[in-house]
Formats: sequence, C-alpha cells, structure tokens
Amino acid sequence: MNIEPILFYVFSAILVLSSCAVITVRSPVHAALFLVLAFFTCAAIWMLMEAEFLSIVLVLVYVGAVMVLFLFVVMMLDVNVEPMREGFIQYLPVGIAVAVIILLEMAFIVGPRFFGLDQVGAPAAHGADYSNTKELGEILYTVYAYPFEIAATILLIAIVAAITLTMRRRPDTKYQKTAEQVMVRRDDRVRIVKMDAEN
Amino acid sequence: MIALSDYLILGAILFSISLAGIFLNRKNIIILLMAVELMLLAVNINFIAFSHYLSDTAGQIFVFFILTVAAAEAAIGLAILIVLFRNKRTINVTNMDSLKG
Repeated sequence: MNIEPILFYVFSAILVLSSCAVITVRSPVHAALFLVLAFFTCAAIWMLMEAEFLSIVLVLVYVGAVMVLFLFVVMMLDVNVEPMREGFIQYLPVGIAVAVIILLEMAFIVGPRFFGLDQVGAPAAHGADYSNTKELGEILYTVYAYPFEIAATILLIAIVAAITLTMRRRPDTKYQKTAEQVMVRRDDRVRIVKMDAEN
Repeated sequence: MIALSDYLILGAILFSISLAGIFLNRKNIIILLMAVELMLLAVNINFIAFSHYLSDTAGQIFVFFILTVAAAEAAIGLAILIVLFRNKRTINVTNMDSLKG
C-alpha cells in the first residue's frame, strides 16, 4: 500500500479547510494562526514533491518571519473588527459564485484531461543520494546569479522602505548629531586662559 | 499514484478560496493581505508541481524569487498599514477615501 496518496489527500484537506478558516473567522489573530497552519501543511505538500529546500524555506521565512510580523501588527493595532464584518453575508453569495466559476474553469483546463498521468506521466525517480538543495544551489549561483543579486537588492530596498515609512521623529526626543560630533575642532572645545601663577 | 493534475487542482482550489476571501472581507485590510499571501502560495504550488513532474529546476528557482518578493511585499504592506492606522486610527477600507477617487 503506497502511503503517498494518503498523505497528499490528508494534507490537502487540512490545507483547504484551514484556508477556508482564514477567510471566515471573526478575529484577525485566529486568521493569522490558521494561515500559519496553511503554510505549514503546504510545506509538507512541497516535501511530497521533493522540493525539500523550498519547503524548509517556506517554514523558516513565512511561518518564522512573515507570519510573526503579521501577528505582531495585528496584536499591536487595537482594531475593532465588528464594523468590518458588515457586508460579509451580503457578499457571501457573489463571492462563492465567482470562486466556484473560476474553480470550474481552472479545473477544466488543468484537470486530468490535459495534465493526467497519461499526458504528463510520473516524475523521474531520484536516488537516495539526490540533494535538492545542492541542485538548486548549483543552478542558482551560476545561471541565475544576476536575478539572485536583484532579489537581494529588492530585500534591501524593502528594509529601507519599511523603516522609513514607520519611523517618526518626536520633537521632544533628544538625538545625537553625529555629523557635528565628527566635525568638531579643537578650537571649538578648548579655551586657553592666560593668567598669572598662583603663589 | 498522484498525477500532476491533482496538484494543479489543489492550487486552483486554494486560489478560488482566497479570491472568495477578497470578496467576503473587503472591509478588513489585514485579511485582504492574508488572502493575497494565500494566492501566492497557490501559484507556488503550481510552479513546484510542474518543476517536479517535468524535471526542470527553473520552476523551483522561480518559487524562490516569488517568496523573496512576497516577503518584501508583506513587510512594506504592513508598514503602510501601521502608518495608516497611526494617522486615521482605523484600518477600515471604507474610510480610506481621502483622495476622493
């Protein structure tokens, strides 16, 4: 008995249910926690597809950094969610209708008719010494070295943008003026006084 | 044996759920950001499935870059959210009409 399909269907069910919970629960904190569950299950599904490096990156970067940032912001802002729930029931039918139509259209295209096992076939099996991380690294630092640098620059710009957006200067706070400290000369600070010797 | 279409349909289901989430939570900008993250996750599932079944590593490289850009987008989006809340004391989308658009 192959355990792989069982794992796939169990993880898919958890993923779909938790993402349904993300968009329907009342409190944003619960939504963020369900999103963490969704990311975690998705990492397990990626592991089934032998994308070990990316699934670990998903857990580290998304669950470890982005979702913590989300939770931090949600808990820091004192938000009254009740007024934001209005229109939920009103838009429920049209939302479900649009989602179901798009799902049917996409399932028609990507379904078993064009992408089933007969058309695409089973993936190539790898040996026990296959390393997904090594393969990705070898191609990332050679063929995709330039996009890799651009990605690093994008992250740097994101850091600078996020800090400059949220930083505020309070008028009553005392700051060090580093430029003036560096620019200071001896004459600005030292005063030589000529006086007679005291007896 | 799991076929490629199973993974693709899973991605399609996830995409539709997050699209419905954008319809349902159109007042709450935090849930909107989370729905966008879910959409990116659905796209990433498609990329990895094609990469696995066609034995082409380029798909996984793409997912790597999508994750990078999505992390930057989430950080800047949340920073904008904090500035917005500091200035207006609310994050309700209906109150964001200062530009009279």
